[in-house]
Amino acid sequence: MELLLAVTTGILTAVAVYLMLSKNLLRYLWGLVLLSNAVNFVIFLGGRLTPGAPPLIDEGEYAPVGEVANALPQALVLTAIVISFGLMAFALALIYRTYMTIGTVTSTEMRIAEPRPRKSESDE
Amino acid sequence: MSWLLVYPIVIPLLTAVLTYILRHNPAGRWISVAGTLALLLTSVMLLASVIREGVIAAQMSDWNAPFGITLVADYLSAVMVVITAITGLATVVYCLGEIPERLERSGFFALLQVLLMGVCGAFVTGDLFNLYVWFEVMLISSFGLLVMGGSREQLDGGVKYVTLNLVSTIMFLSGVGILYGITGTLNMADLHAAVREVENTGLLTTVAVMFLVAFGVKAALFPLFFWLPASYHTPPVAVSAIFAGLLTKVGVYALIRVFTLIFDQDVGYTHTLMLWMAVATMVMGVLGAAAMNDFRRILSFHIVSQIGYMILGLALFTPLGLLGAVFYLVHHIIVKANLFFIAGVAKRIGGSTDLSKLGGLYANAPVLAFLFLIPAFSLAGFPPLSGFWAKFLIVKAALDAQMWIVAGVALAVGLLTVFSMTKIWGAAFWPDHPEGTKPRLSDIPVFERLAMMLPVGALALLTCVIGLFPEPFVTFAETAAGQLLDPTDYISTVLGVQP
Amino acid sequence: MQSLILTTATRLLVALLLVFSIYALLRGHNLPGGGFIGGLIGATAFILYAITATVEEAKSALLVDPSNIAVAGLGFAAIGGLASVLAGKPFLTGLWLFLFAEEGGKGMPLSTVLLFDAGVYLAVFGGILTLVFALEEET
Repeated sequence: MELLLAVTTGILTAVAVYLMLSKNLLRYLWGLVLLSNAVNFVIFLGGRLTPGAPPLIDEGEYAPVGEVANALPQALVLTAIVISFGLMAFALALIYRTYMTIGTVTSTEMRIAEPRPRKSESDE
Repeated sequence: MSWLLVYPIVIPLLTAVLTYILRHNPAGRWISVAGTLALLLTSVMLLASVIREGVIAAQMSDWNAPFGITLVADYLSAVMVVITAITGLATVVYCLGEIPERLERSGFFALLQVLLMGVCGAFVTGDLFNLYVWFEVMLISSFGLLVMGGSREQLDGGVKYVTLNLVSTIMFLSGVGILYGITGTLNMADLHAAVREVENTGLLTTVAVMFLVAFGVKAALFPLFFWLPASYHTPPVAVSAIFAGLLTKVGVYALIRVFTLIFDQDVGYTHTLMLWMAVATMVMGVLGAAAMNDFRRILSFHIVSQIGYMILGLALFTPLGLLGAVFYLVHHIIVKANLFFIAGVAKRIGGSTDLSKLGGLYANAPVLAFLFLIPAFSLAGFPPLSGFWAKFLIVKAALDAQMWIVAGVALAVGLLTVFSMTKIWGAAFWPDHPEGTKPRLSDIPVFERLAMMLPVGALALLTCVIGLFPEPFVTFAETAAGQLLDPTDYISTVLGVQP
Repeated sequence: MQSLILTTATRLLVALLLVFSIYALLRGHNLPGGGFIGGLIGATAFILYAITATVEEAKSALLVDPSNIAVAGLGFAAIGGLASVLAGKPFLTGLWLFLFAEEGGKGMPLSTVLLFDAGVYLAVFGGILTLVFALEEET
């Protein structure tokens, strides 16, 4: 199982990097989405995969009985998913807005904030 | 437990909520000012308490360290929170004069408070994953502030800022994941001991470099700084100022914290790498600034170059170097925010930040010209201003470590900084305005003029005070550096304190 | 969007989703569920409504500006965390009150944790709707 997840992480990262090398911002964003999921796998693997029960403490007990799964990576991954969900939604809205305002999502054509010296009019 | 550690997070949060609900009402902005004032008061109390009692820590929600989230303040954290509150207050007051009602109605002041919450949270947290969360709070509010208003330049700069910072975020998160995998803890004090027991030191160095890259993007270090000059000159000036003052410094703070507390094993590799990154950062920043022709873009590149000095202090890893880094950090926040404020006033009365379209400021607004000279000379390192002592300490530390080339570069970069400041002076202040207008401060309505000039004056005064009476500040930075190099107190407080 | 099936189904689904979202929120302390997922389910109801009717109608059905809901949620969460001041406990400590508790039973448990979770629910609910409405309006 560890091996499978590790290989999946590798594939996700490879695909993500390929997408992020694109000039198209939207592809770049999809690359980021995949990469953030690869990282979630890394955290999950970092906590070791234990086939235990959910880490819940029964009524009247002080500690969980028997072998339980590591709860911390799950909490971390959950937080990371929520945060990356918010960030990606914002980034998507921003790219959409940029497309509506500037009219392009090709990163090499976006030179408004940093115009080329002297011939700044020609490439807008 | 000490509630003083919770205030820097809760006060901005509650202020943000109130300010947002009242965003259509003029009362909203005054609540924002009052909230920031309360933040300043409580942060000064925090600093006083740290000076009195040493490192203080608090466990959240009744969980003992290293299981729960710990908030902790040593000298460095406490002084950073105070300086955040000072810069925050200056920015909020400045915003009263600059921010149009349209932005206020869409919640500008509330976002500013969320930004302050994120920055303060990053300074006081003692947990690596919690640090990640505060970085995200800071990041999402800075995204909003950067593109609010939605002009073409802002969106263009914003896209670059957002996309590159997201990569750094992911790098940070994967570093955290792997570090947790090899040590089993994320509490920074606990990690100090845990990394010493790791057998696979090669992997540890890899993680260290991942953190270096992640925080290096935030701090705008040499090969990773391109987003900064692409975006910092586009939003409203007040936003540029608080970004320039605080955001990159959170990256520097995180580097200092992580590379003194956790990754001090393979110093020969990581800190040497950092040293040359710092040197390249100084040089590239100042050369970039020399090529620019816009008030704010010159200042943006200077942020990069000055970050180099701070990281240089950290990379030398000597008591004097760290002392210099801490001193530089505090000095630079004040000076850089102030220079951006002045650029904003110049834009307001002169009509542009493009140097070729500015002029006549010395003849018509001598007060502004005088107030520009203080932070500008301080940035370049003229005695007796604060920047002189900051540069002096760093260069002295480099000379003590017998790094002649590094010290030479640091001095040369200082000289080129003077060149840039002279360029601004020679284009915006000295000659007449190209369109023949006379940019006077009295053109701005009284209230707005007061709101914009008050922060400029106050920060300039602070620069002079640090410059003329450096003794207590240096002693303070010395203690802070001592705590960083010998974190016994920090660790015993965090792990020993009961909720 | 004009689709008879979707319109008819939405009438039922909106109410169902809203009730289910509250259910997910309340069971979240010990079972799968909670504020975040509850908020997402609740937001889905209004997004569905905005797709079948219009954004304006969804907004008027919501009565309050979604961004205000989100910020109020943050406020609730902060209050839920601060409530532990009264008991002299650290920030964010959960306080429990068992209403009508009898021998052997717990009665009706109320806690600051629930208040915090409700804050998360509102923050997610409002935040998602703000974003989606803004995107829907531009197309």
